[in-house]
Amino acid sequence: MEEKYTLKRKTQYGILSIAGVGILLLILGYFIESPNRQELWANVLINNLYFLFIALFGGVFLALHKIAYAGWYTALKRIPEALTKFLPISAALMFLIYFGMHDLYHWSHEGLHDPILEGKAAYLNVPFFFARMALYFLGWIGLTYLLRKNTLDQDLNPDLKYHNRGKILAALFMVFFAITSSTMSWDWIMSIDAHWFSTLFGWFIFIGMFVCGIATIILLIAFLKSQGYLEYINKEHIHDMGKYLFAFSIFWMYLWFSQYLLIWYSHIPEETAYFAPRLTDHKVLFFTVLVINFLFPFLALMTRDAKRNLKWLSFVAIVVLIGHWLNIYMLVIPGTVGKTAQIGLIEIGFIALYLGGFLYVVFTSLAKTPLLVKNDPLLEESFHYET
Amino acid sequence: MRRYISAYFEDEENLLRATKDLRNKQFSIQDVLTPFPIHGLDPILGFKRSRIPTIGFIGGAIGCIIAFGFQAWAFVVDYPLFIGGKPHFAIPSFIPITFELTVLFAAFAMVFAFLIRSKLGPGANNPIHDERITDDRFMIIVDLDEAGNQDELVKEILLKEEAQEIKVKEIDK
Repeated sequence: MEEKYTLKRKTQYGILSIAGVGILLLILGYFIESPNRQELWANVLINNLYFLFIALFGGVFLALHKIAYAGWYTALKRIPEALTKFLPISAALMFLIYFGMHDLYHWSHEGLHDPILEGKAAYLNVPFFFARMALYFLGWIGLTYLLRKNTLDQDLNPDLKYHNRGKILAALFMVFFAITSSTMSWDWIMSIDAHWFSTLFGWFIFIGMFVCGIATIILLIAFLKSQGYLEYINKEHIHDMGKYLFAFSIFWMYLWFSQYLLIWYSHIPEETAYFAPRLTDHKVLFFTVLVINFLFPFLALMTRDAKRNLKWLSFVAIVVLIGHWLNIYMLVIPGTVGKTAQIGLIEIGFIALYLGGFLYVVFTSLAKTPLLVKNDPLLEESFHYET
Repeated sequence: MRRYISAYFEDEENLLRATKDLRNKQFSIQDVLTPFPIHGLDPILGFKRSRIPTIGFIGGAIGCIIAFGFQAWAFVVDYPLFIGGKPHFAIPSFIPITFELTVLFAAFAMVFAFLIRSKLGPGANNPIHDERITDDRFMIIVDLDEAGNQDELVKEILLKEEAQEIKVKEIDK
């Protein structure tokens, strides 16, 4: 059962035209909407984070199942592996933020004489910010590269040592990710509202990442299946992906509400300062995010049949992906652009440009290696998967 | 009088094959008892989809409405108090209790529906066919007709799959 995905001309043109439309919209938007520097940098940050999360989740998915000794995911391993190929580009894009530091992060300004920010200066300063960024990307790219290389080596050699080495790599990645996923979300998202802090913010961001990543993998499975590949991915695998999407949408809401309830209940001005602009200036969007990210998937994926229907599941995945983009938008925008922010040509242009680039990287790396791994001791279990 | 045949297998593959064979020949299988879940057994036995999830949803929905409705009634209509400077109808503070009661009602509805449907619970009469079915044996119990015409046919199928301790039993209804 050796099959290799070939990137068709049609798909390639489709992806490139998404990016092309993006560039066109950006140029149009630049002249029509004349956005300020804040808006442009905020958009760069939002899309950087969004696609970084999806790419990074590829590594999480692999490592998570590897250290849990899961067998069922083995047959679809190449998809999350392809997602991680976007990480180096994500790193380059993230370092671009250096030029937009002052437009995005209030704390990076000189001579603020702000006692709260002075107290946080040991952590929140520009050199350390970029040192941490470099460390995160070094760890993520390095470990996901090794994880992928390990399975590619395994394809050529049936030795069991690759399986065991993969477990060690996965454990290392998990530990590194557990710490960095929290600190990354403090650095890049929470520090936009530098006076405010929340202790469960890191998990909240991580679960958002989990949902986005699962939705992306579902859509890639659906696309590849529609092209006639992956016939060994059966209803049971789809069902499990649906369960993930369902469960983690609920968990996302659980964390969101845990954060909100405590701040609402104690009503301390330093804490409510975070929700006040979101509830007054962006009220509609604020509640839309909750409906799209929790209520819709909760009701839409409740039954077993819904989770096993790939078409319906793909539709829910698309809606949830839009919802989580809006979620990141709501995290970034009130602290940077503020009241005047609106979703217009610039926003859509940026998404389309990033999406085009992301899909191009993912599909070219899918086409490079066979879609099915070989010699994995758990591969047979994956074919006969049954819940 | 009710007659049935019971036998056990040492291996689940034999059990699966025997069950398939018996089902194909239209024998009525009363029960299959295994120490652990066996993949592929449910479709062979022709089980219908469980309706427990529907009951869970209905129970959960009732719990959700009761919890939210009762809190709203108690805090707004019946005994309004000012608590922490919040409005009487404070939705976020109702959510945790609503969530808990939703889960509780859904769980209770499912557990009791299951007990009632499978005739379990206090006072239930469920004969134990073999002491070792919860240990290491895969047991099958097949209903027989009263005249005893099916005995040999069933025994033949069971023996073909190396069944052991094949016993014909009779119980009064």
